[in-house]
Amino acid sequence: MTPALIALRAIVIREALRFVRQRGRFISALVRPLIWLLVFAAGFRAALGLSISPPYQTYITYEVYILPGLCGMILLFNGMQSSLSLVYDREMGSMRLLLTSPLPRWWLLTCRLIASTVISILQVYCFLAIAALFGIHLPLAGYILVLPALVVAGLMLGALGLALSSLIKQLENFAGVMNFVIFPMFFLSSALYPLWKMAESSRVLHDICAVNPFTHAVELIRFALYTQFNPMAALWTILAGGVFLMLALWGYDPARGMIRRKA
Amino acid sequence: MTGLRIHNLSYSYGRKQALKNVCFSVAPGAFCALLGPNGAGKSTLFGLMSRLFTTDQGQIEIAGHDLRTAPRAALARIGIVFQQQTLDLDLTVRRNLHYFAALHGIGGRDAARRTDAALDRLGMAERAGERARDLNGGHRRRAEIARALLHDPSVLLLDEPTVGLDAASRAGIVAHVHELATDNDLTVLWATHLTDEVWAQDRLVILDQGRVRADGHVSDVTGGQPLKDVFLQITGEAAI
Repeated sequence: MTPALIALRAIVIREALRFVRQRGRFISALVRPLIWLLVFAAGFRAALGLSISPPYQTYITYEVYILPGLCGMILLFNGMQSSLSLVYDREMGSMRLLLTSPLPRWWLLTCRLIASTVISILQVYCFLAIAALFGIHLPLAGYILVLPALVVAGLMLGALGLALSSLIKQLENFAGVMNFVIFPMFFLSSALYPLWKMAESSRVLHDICAVNPFTHAVELIRFALYTQFNPMAALWTILAGGVFLMLALWGYDPARGMIRRKA
Repeated sequence: MTGLRIHNLSYSYGRKQALKNVCFSVAPGAFCALLGPNGAGKSTLFGLMSRLFTTDQGQIEIAGHDLRTAPRAALARIGIVFQQQTLDLDLTVRRNLHYFAALHGIGGRDAARRTDAALDRLGMAERAGERARDLNGGHRRRAEIARALLHDPSVLLLDEPTVGLDAASRAGIVAHVHELATDNDLTVLWATHLTDEVWAQDRLVILDQGRVRADGHVSDVTGGQPLKDVFLQITGEAAI
């Protein structure tokens, strides 16, 4: 095994062990979308009427509609939580350990990103399994075809978290960023309501939703769950992921960025 | 070839100059104490030496490798003990060390062999299976030093490694690292603000307000006076 792969394996295992230890984090990661699915969606089922629109070929219940958005929610929260732990690591010293490795810094940060994405995807599959137990079934092939969509969306949202973690000086500042990033990103997207519905109430809000990368991540997942490919959503998600990753690498560049401010 | 060479190094945080024309070198196998009061610029110097951040002003050479032009070769030759704890407290000492070995691209049996050797060197072999959380402060620092030695570095950098330890643990760790320098031909740079951690035969660099105020063997710098008094005179700070 090459040194780069040895490091990748170790970083993924460390993240996985950390996640397994933090049982509360795992439970809350599942409870959050389940409450939306089983409580919020049940309440709104009667209030919101949804017309047939791709990838759905028939009328669907609201629970079915928000399922992909809630998968996205897991990826979003986990991406941010992972970057929160990066800020914590930086204050504790383990981030220094990572950054002073002789392996290329971009690779070490990418390893960290891959590790957090792996954890996110495991959570999404747990969530989909529980949703199936409550009667929300998807095409069997959808469970497999959604994997690449989850990888792309997870990497994009993880890269956003990584970029944010490089810009945040202290843990205390992170709560504010969570509020200013997670909630707007989630609510200004197609996770909870289709964009055409948003357009009915506000054109501006619709346009904001349409450029929100989270909308595209959700649509990529939604189409993949129904064994379809949404090329525009894929392109947007990959593009946004690339930009966020560049921003993160810039932030962690030893010649600039935040590390020196914290020395 | 020098173990460590710092040449004309300057660094500033905005308008605040943290280091100004810092120059000194440490020969292979030498223990050099970097003595300075809080805020002298020691941590900035460590940040630059470990490439957490970089500067255009000056040069850092580690075991013959220029940190700017050959950063990976230079980083592969240094072991660093940070002031902050880097151990994952919920993992065993062995797992912590394996993780670090992997960050250096060392895996499998080689990592296991090096982990055993490094722990043995620090008298920590019987603690390998304990969780880092269950170790006392002194043993945690030893585990950190064992971690920093895993990849057989030529230069060991320690940034105030005895912070928060009781007197006996401090003395034990100071003695251990002196032995390491002698027995393994390891270049050691030990940053501290505590004069009692400096031994009479050590190399000494006194850093104050970002400048080197004294550089030489302890006896040359002190001229027979107690180091504590000399340090006080030079820095005007209260030494312990």
